[in-house]
Amino acid sequence: MTIARLKASLLVLPLIVFLGLFFIWPLWMMIATSVQGGTVRLAFPATAVAIAQWNGDGLPSPDVQAALIQDLRAEVVQEVFGDAVRSLNSQQAGFRTLLPRTMTALRNAGADATPKLERIDPRWSQPSFWLALKRGMPAYTDANLLAAVDLKRGDDGTIAHVAPDMAVNRAIMLRTFIIAAQVTLACAAIGLPFAMLAASLGGWKRNFLLLAVLLPLWTSLLVRTAAWMILLQDQGLINQILKALGLIDASLPLIYNRTGVLIAMTHVLLPFMVLPIYASLIAIPRNLMPAAAALGARPWQAFRHVLLPLAMPGLLSGSLLVFMVALGYYITPALTGGAGDQMISSVIAFYATGTANWGMAGALGLFLLVPTTLLYIVYGRLSRTPLGQA
Amino acid sequence: MASFKQVIGSAGLAAGLVLSALGAASARDLTVVSWGGNYQDAQRKIYFKPFAEKTGKPVLDESWDGGVGVVQAKVKAGVPNWDAVQVEADELAIGCADGIYEKIDWAKLGGKDKFLDSAVSDCGVGAIVWSTMLSYDSDKLKTAPTSWADFWDTKKFPGKRALRRGPKYALEFALMADGVAAKDVYATLRAAGGIDRAFKKLDEIKGDMIWWESGAQPLQLLKSGQVVMTSAYNGRITGINKTEGTKFKTVWPGSIYAVDSWVILKGSPNKDAAMDFIAFASLPENQSKLPQDIAYGLPNKAAAAAVPADLAADLPTSPANLSGAISIDIDFWNDNIEDLTKRFNAWLGK
Repeated sequence: MTIARLKASLLVLPLIVFLGLFFIWPLWMMIATSVQGGTVRLAFPATAVAIAQWNGDGLPSPDVQAALIQDLRAEVVQEVFGDAVRSLNSQQAGFRTLLPRTMTALRNAGADATPKLERIDPRWSQPSFWLALKRGMPAYTDANLLAAVDLKRGDDGTIAHVAPDMAVNRAIMLRTFIIAAQVTLACAAIGLPFAMLAASLGGWKRNFLLLAVLLPLWTSLLVRTAAWMILLQDQGLINQILKALGLIDASLPLIYNRTGVLIAMTHVLLPFMVLPIYASLIAIPRNLMPAAAALGARPWQAFRHVLLPLAMPGLLSGSLLVFMVALGYYITPALTGGAGDQMISSVIAFYATGTANWGMAGALGLFLLVPTTLLYIVYGRLSRTPLGQA
Repeated sequence: MASFKQVIGSAGLAAGLVLSALGAASARDLTVVSWGGNYQDAQRKIYFKPFAEKTGKPVLDESWDGGVGVVQAKVKAGVPNWDAVQVEADELAIGCADGIYEKIDWAKLGGKDKFLDSAVSDCGVGAIVWSTMLSYDSDKLKTAPTSWADFWDTKKFPGKRALRRGPKYALEFALMADGVAAKDVYATLRAAGGIDRAFKKLDEIKGDMIWWESGAQPLQLLKSGQVVMTSAYNGRITGINKTEGTKFKTVWPGSIYAVDSWVILKGSPNKDAAMDFIAFASLPENQSKLPQDIAYGLPNKAAAAAVPADLAADLPTSPANLSGAISIDIDFWNDNIEDLTKRFNAWLGK
């Protein structure tokens, strides 16, 4: 019995290892990175001890300055120093140049000299830099999580709103959910009739329709976007045709705004809607609609009371799939959208690849992950519902 | 029990495969990474292939879109899978301070004095000098714009305009349009109220703007007539004029130039070969061929001197083009890019 169990568990071992390695571990790392501090303490151990005594009022005592000078003169691993600089600069812009400059000046001054930090760089006379240093010391920090929702620790340590002209993440997060919802609605509006048509046809016609809806998924993103530009731009095909027909005088703004984003995203996400609906429609016995008609239901009533309820599980799973995938889009909105169409993933990408601020990227990712997970649970429930009971 | 043995056996086989794959990875060929497009095509022709022929070993080339986080992640992963990478000036400065690049062996390159000052660093060797500048289609615009003030003048030049999405360059251009002399732009941005002034100037044309994301977009926007003016990279403009016969023109005064550099990622297993490659790509006789294909300035002084006069006139490094142009201020942007990107995104969404 135990050997049989062992054998069985060995068979699923690769799956478990795979899930752990490529799913759970990265997720855990992402969450951990967003709350981990400690790089500053590692790079400035003497300062960490000294600055703990400072209450954060005005400028710290000469002891703290002396400790910082000691730390900056000591040999540190360059990458540890780099990590500390990055996390400090994220909290207080300016550390990126201030710390290396101070370090170089101290080393050039020689070990016996006792230079004043303010003389090396006047920024050391600003309390905000010392405060950021003090706040950077603990091993865990809520700075990234707060910043992800436009909050920060005020000078007195309480949670406060960031300045209005710096508050951006909540608005972009909200916009991300709105765009995803709009795309889902558009996909449902096109996907349901499309799936009904495909399910009612047979043979090559059905295959052709399904192929047509799958094609954008297999097309390179840049080719797809370039195609939309040719179609939608001011001198594009659609505007030219409408003008030639005399329907419009001035070009319709179809791209570099929300319209462009919705068209391009709906186009590529449509298969995620069509296929689940198609799957639930194809399982409906063919004689149900004639039966409804025989019982006196008009076509609309038959659709409303027979077909739609039976197609509902497909429609719901399709909607959730489209919504969740749409949440993560950013290149398509960046290329076809306007000023107000940036989505949260582009902000995450900025921190992850642009400034290597993985703490911020992780925190924003977390706020995207939580709603997505909740939706996934809903999706799991819905897709388990047996057909015909919805 | 036979099946149990089979399981163990196949597990061992799998482990062996993984190990041999790792072994193959450690004997990886020299991998050089640049910015793709017709620029990398030119580099392949004049650097990668001749170097492979000279050494008798293959050179792999990949392309990337920049971002210090990308190289940071590769170095932190242990043994990086890239060796020589062409980085922008901000990535050079941050990465060098963070210790993710190998130190350059300047003796192999013939000494620092052979290069422009801005192309010399402990961790990198300048590869090209490139510019971001006001560009327009002279077939469509009959009056030529001459400054960023013209870019902002929607009465004289009606129609949409485009800039790269993000605060970098947009703030500088806005200040120049507001009457700040090019040489004073960064002092103004650092002074109190300077950033507010730039955003206020951007407010004026917010409704007429399209924001581009990738370097190919401004060309497409100009060509289709979607915009009347845009910022663009100088090499792309001369490139499309050559390949597609367009008549795009550029305005050199008010342009911002920057140096891209070759670096070697720390821990690279092909460190020496990468250094040899960089030395090869920095030789005057090799580097001076680049402007025939793409109009980027050359950091090796002897290479720059060997470029024929008609080609040199298009380069960001020619004295006529440098007058009124400024160098990007890497210190300013490395300190402020996170805060200003936040503010820029908030401004965009308003």
